[in-house]
Amino acid sequence: MNENRWSTGEPRVPWEGAEILYSEIYQIVGDDFEHGGEAAAKIKAILKQFGLDNTVIRRLSIANFEAEMNVIMYAREAEMQLQVLPTAVRVILSDRGEGIPDIAQALQEGYSTATPQMRQRGFGAGLGLPNIKRNTDEFEIISTPGVGTTLRYTIHLQS
Amino acid sequence: MLMQELVDLLKCQVILGAEFMAGQEVTACFAADLMSDVLAFSRPGSLLITGLASIQSAHTADVADLAGILFVDGKTPAEPVIALVRTQRIPLLTTELSMPDVCSRLQANGLEPGGRP
Repeated sequence: MNENRWSTGEPRVPWEGAEILYSEIYQIVGDDFEHGGEAAAKIKAILKQFGLDNTVIRRLSIANFEAEMNVIMYAREAEMQLQVLPTAVRVILSDRGEGIPDIAQALQEGYSTATPQMRQRGFGAGLGLPNIKRNTDEFEIISTPGVGTTLRYTIHLQS
Repeated sequence: MLMQELVDLLKCQVILGAEFMAGQEVTACFAADLMSDVLAFSRPGSLLITGLASIQSAHTADVADLAGILFVDGKTPAEPVIALVRTQRIPLLTTELSMPDVCSRLQANGLEPGGRP
């Protein structure tokens, strides 16, 4: 099984064993355009309750919305896990789907395999992964073609 | 520009949020049908001008902290979109004018673009 990996940003908090203040998992269903955006909206409401900086909330919400729409457009289903840490907020999104054969290509702005239906929803122009990268401090993609993709992204909190 | 001035200038119908518009200033706008462009390049507090009337336009306004949504070409969103925007407590407008017409009128009246491109 060929696993493709790509990452950017300086990892500050280990993915295993970190202190987690709050965690919640949201289910996303592929092709469910009518509910596309609900997970991002729910997470935004949670982050507001934590009193985080508006810029942090906006950046993570944009990344979440793009990631959620990617699942709806390209995968069968996924879990999106929010983790609030003392020094960061981060998301782990694991999907079951076709995976990404060439991550470098998928990260190029404008590269897209979207259908007209996806574009009618205002997405699918090849900006999803670049938008997640633009709005996060750490971003990692692990994808196995034919199995699925995991995205992990983090925004650091200023002390 | 005051939101009410914008409503008058563009002959908008106010679908929702008239109660939030008293004294509300619109400092910038961002026009696009591609929500990824809005998410990538809009400034918080901009008015979203779009012809995309799906639920994703309302979610975009929410996550990008936009000040309101103006639908062009006389588009009116379906009830689920209106219901979602109602929870966001922002104005929801529609105009018969086209997107280029809306943009040129707003620019001629001094409203700034709310980000690039």
